[in-house]
Amino acid sequence: MLTILFDGIAYGMLLFVLACGLAVTLGLMNFVNLAHGAFAMVGGYTVVVLMQRAGLPFLLALPAAFVVAAAVGAVAERTLYRPLYRRSHLDQVLFSIGLVFMSVAAMDYLMGSQQQNIRLPAFLTGRFEIGGVGIGIYRLFLIAVCGCLTIALQFVLAKTRFGARLRAAVDDQRVARGMGIDVNRIFALTFAFGSGLAGLGGALGAEILGLDPTFPLKFMLYFLIVVTVGGTSSMTGPFLAALMLGIADVAGKYYVPQAGAFIIYSIMIAILMVRPNGLFARGITR
Amino acid sequence: MLKLLSPTKPTTPAAFLKAEASWRPQEVVFWILALAILFISPNRAALMNEIAILALFALSIDLILGYAGIVSLGQAAFFGLGAYTAGLLAKHGVTEPITGLVIATLFAGLFGLLTSVLIIRGTDLTRLMVTLGVALILHEIANKADWLTGGADGLLGIMMGPILGLFAFDFLGKTAYLYSLTVLFLLFLLARRVVHSPFGLSLRAVKDNPLRASSVGISPGRRIVMIYTLAAAYAGAAGALLAQTTSFVSLEVLDFGRSADGLLVLVIGGTGYLYGGLVGAIAFKLMKDFLSGITPAYWLFWMGLFLVILVLVGRDRINVQAKDLLARLTGRRSA
Repeated sequence: MLTILFDGIAYGMLLFVLACGLAVTLGLMNFVNLAHGAFAMVGGYTVVVLMQRAGLPFLLALPAAFVVAAAVGAVAERTLYRPLYRRSHLDQVLFSIGLVFMSVAAMDYLMGSQQQNIRLPAFLTGRFEIGGVGIGIYRLFLIAVCGCLTIALQFVLAKTRFGARLRAAVDDQRVARGMGIDVNRIFALTFAFGSGLAGLGGALGAEILGLDPTFPLKFMLYFLIVVTVGGTSSMTGPFLAALMLGIADVAGKYYVPQAGAFIIYSIMIAILMVRPNGLFARGITR
Repeated sequence: MLKLLSPTKPTTPAAFLKAEASWRPQEVVFWILALAILFISPNRAALMNEIAILALFALSIDLILGYAGIVSLGQAAFFGLGAYTAGLLAKHGVTEPITGLVIATLFAGLFGLLTSVLIIRGTDLTRLMVTLGVALILHEIANKADWLTGGADGLLGIMMGPILGLFAFDFLGKTAYLYSLTVLFLLFLLARRVVHSPFGLSLRAVKDNPLRASSVGISPGRRIVMIYTLAAAYAGAAGALLAQTTSFVSLEVLDFGRSADGLLVLVIGGTGYLYGGLVGAIAFKLMKDFLSGITPAYWLFWMGLFLVILVLVGRDRINVQAKDLLARLTGRRSA
């Protein structure tokens, strides 16, 4: 029971790190980016390539995954995403589905369609028990890393100058521009950072979620659920939603495996029916 | 919409609708060609059957997206429901296609009615998620209920009888194409009637501005429910046609990819003028045939690239140019 809770929390934290970039683009910037998972996949494959071909240790490959995904995100934002910020949601959906299709096929071409395995270093494998709770060392590692990231993220958004500028740019672009804030640069940085986090999430999660070219499609909905259910006004909402989703998913798979992902989808629909703007929304309908 | 109501056009609403609903020569040519192609190249009938089914599916999306402005990512739910219903009926004794088609269509429509309450409230994003969620739930159910649906192996052993006891399906798929084309044509006529009615006009008002529409006495919710139900029934009919003409149903009918394809088809052809789905289906299938001929495994990449470029260039611009070209070719300025 507690073991499931523990695994669920680890899974939820991982989902949050994967999805928080989307929470910014979709939640704050109001851009429906279905291709978010593609950046996560880039991070995952970066680790695979670095470990298998270059023989880099896992812990060094993780930051590399962040850097590569962030770089890809920065380039994509500059060249592709920026012209679409003001377009309709339908355009954004079509565009990002197109990107997903391209990334799936391209990864298939480059790396093959088989599932990739990441060999974890020995000190991260195995599990121990405390008071009857089975704790996987890797899951503990996940909770630690993701927890730190979450706190850092919250700190950056709430306390730093950059965070204040981002919130200003999101709330009212025109006024922010008038105040001398370089909105384009802020958005570009944020987008790149969000992609980087997704990449890191993809790298961390490859062990648990599995990594193959269909990754962006398979987990697209999970990211979207985290953001829509969590609401788009803060980072706390998506964080709690991710935890809830993680625990519900792990518990569901354990107790009622025949229901599969049924539970998650039903919960999502039920929540969105009651609160169309998410659980923790400001209550403003846009 | 204001442009359409400009002084050069008929001024009373009834006259406006009548003018809009009148048949244009190129439409007649289109349908005659659709039928004639069967006699020009009969051995492509199977492909043309697929095109007709895809066109019907895209038409159903056009009804809700093009006329009510609702972005759905889960239209495959109704397509799959129709396909499984028709398949199961055929497997369990109801082998007459039209009976099966009608039941499957009504069933999908009923499900559309039930789920339409989910999409009345909320923003674009909520609708996107809810429609997607409904389709995924159905996919999950069909996957797990393998005693009924055959699970991942698909529904085998569908034997179709002749249509109305008269026309048996042949190997080339000629009957299949004629059957699908007839259904497509009839449903197209109905859709045409619906969108050129006062109801259709009010829908467009809702799409343009829900708030304004409700202030002149149009209730957006009810209208959205009605069109969504109708669109669901259309998608169900398309699914039923696929099940009946190919004698096979698999989980693939409920895939997210199918919803995305449908949306893509519609966008290629253009939304909101009914022919978008039809033209798009032809273009999509030909493009897919061509691209998978070059690189069998990676046609998805080119499809994605096409989508990205389409959006970046601006899909309206392409449509307007295509329409201009069409008008110039047929020697008539219709739009």
